Amino acid sequence: MTKDALTLYGVALSSRLLAGTAQYPSPAILADAVRASGSEVATVSLRRESGAARAGETFWALIRGLGVKVLPNTAGCRTVKEAVTTAQMAREIFGTPWIKLEVIGEDDTLQPDVFGLVEAASILTRDGFQVFPYTTEDLVVAEKLLGAGCEVLMPWGAPIGSGRGLNNPYALRALRAHFPEIPLIIDAGLGAPSHAAAAMEMGYDAVLLNTAIARAGDPVGMARAFSLAVEAGRLAFLSDPMQPRDMAAPSTPVMGRAFTGVARA
Amino acid sequence: MSDGPRVRVLGAGVAGLAAAFEFARADCRVELIERREAAGLGCSHLAGGMLAPWCEAESSEQIIVDLGVESIEFWTHVVPVAERRGTLVLAAARDRPELARYARRTLERESLDGAAIAALEPDLSGRFEQALFYPREAHLDPRAAMAALLSRLKGFANVALRFGVEASPASDDADWTIDCRGLDSRDRLQDLRGVKGEMLILATPEVNLSRPVWLLHPRQPVYIVPRGGGRFMVGATMIENDEPGRITARAMLELLGAAYTVHPAFAEAEIVETGCGVRPAFPDNLPRLRREGRVIHVNGLFRHGFLIAPALARRAARMALDGAHFPEVTDADPRQRQSA
Repeated sequence: MTKDALTLYGVALSSRLLAGTAQYPSPAILADAVRASGSEVATVSLRRESGAARAGETFWALIRGLGVKVLPNTAGCRTVKEAVTTAQMAREIFGTPWIKLEVIGEDDTLQPDVFGLVEAASILTRDGFQVFPYTTEDLVVAEKLLGAGCEVLMPWGAPIGSGRGLNNPYALRALRAHFPEIPLIIDAGLGAPSHAAAAMEMGYDAVLLNTAIARAGDPVGMARAFSLAVEAGRLAFLSDPMQPRDMAAPSTPVMGRAFTGVARA
Repeated sequence: MSDGPRVRVLGAGVAGLAAAFEFARADCRVELIERREAAGLGCSHLAGGMLAPWCEAESSEQIIVDLGVESIEFWTHVVPVAERRGTLVLAAARDRPELARYARRTLERESLDGAAIAALEPDLSGRFEQALFYPREAHLDPRAAMAALLSRLKGFANVALRFGVEASPASDDADWTIDCRGLDSRDRLQDLRGVKGEMLILATPEVNLSRPVWLLHPRQPVYIVPRGGGRFMVGATMIENDEPGRITARAMLELLGAAYTVHPAFAEAEIVETGCGVRPAFPDNLPRLRREGRVIHVNGLFRHGFLIAPALARRAARMALDGAHFPEVTDADPRQRQSA
């Protein structure tokens, strides 16, 4: 394990990219992309695939076969009750206390219902779950989620699947500054590797993404691109990036040189 | 009576019928065995019947396009049941980026504006401002296609059809066994999985469409295929489980919502049928001709049954009768699969 490990609920990870498993052209491409991403955690949805009698077993076996830690999610759940039931089923199927908690409040933006989210997080942590809540950048909601027992927060960059990047960098910076010790993972809305790099440069601990890789023309290539971007962004953050300034600051001295600033013929 | 090789075909879905037809044409003595009481009661019954290889390139590999183009020839010339009127691909205004993505990833297409859309499909006049059109694509009614293929098979003196008979590739009194049983072959093909699909059929005299229409959506693209007589097949969900027969309210909401977006008159249409099947697929969602001794498995047709079955059947026959190799649909070297 490298010195710069990310620890989520006591589990140390060297990759700071968490991968989704939905919408890939095929399970084979999904497996190749997850490998290329270097991810050690893959999130998987259960709400719809489970059917009446856990008919999704073949697909879940495939996810287990990826050799990564599984982070089951409650995607598609609209109520606290649905989310809690789905989490309990996920724990049984995958034998993990980890749950990425989504309680969706609005169908067009897939925006979290933060009231339901806090309530479900509180129920689940009391039941022994380790909750990864998908939330907004709202500070007060973040406080309440921590109060409910969450040890990791996953604010959105932009609405799920929108590929817009970091919609509200000011609030995301404020959130980072407010909770310097809490693992913060940007979840949702990233479209390009540069978005992931920007999140990491801002000091976010990791990013979780699905659509940007799964729906790329070459998901395997894009997975690798995101992996490099996350690594670059993290390294940049640790290397104390320079501050922007208004005037040019030449890297070699110009004082005393003739004709500085005159265009050459 | 033919004294050619004895070939037993298992399964009377589109893959089995197409295989029986190819071996029959090659003068083999063909016995087609199906456990159900009639042909085409599995996935083939619920298929959309779009022959849209260029559209498929959006999320499939080149081999599907190649097999599909070959199969269009079959369905328009050998067993001529398909109509070649192209495919129209639409998106609601807010999903325009989906249309751009689709265009980037597909070939043999034209970009249409509102007037051009209305010229092709007058009932869509004023409803959409942008579309993609794939003029070389075709569509068929899967049930009519199965009936036509079956009646052609009945015309061969060297073909015997047996329905209501359990079949397994174990018995070896045939020279070749062509196993086309789809998901029922899972006991022999361990890497086969089921991908559930739900569909419905609407009837309304108020909407006229003369070609398949795709409505793109970031979560769930939906197609509407006109079946004639005011009937429209709307499909299909793709869910990673193998649960047959259980249709969810969410699936119907999504399919009906898409139909309503394409034309609001679908709101008053009658729901004449709903259906749910499980497609057989390999992990890469690509088909296989997998040979085990004197058995050739034709499987993993996924959502591409009618689109690729004739081309696969032709390869299976040539593999058995001429010793031909088709690396693009066998397991040997996955890298060669790109070039058909």
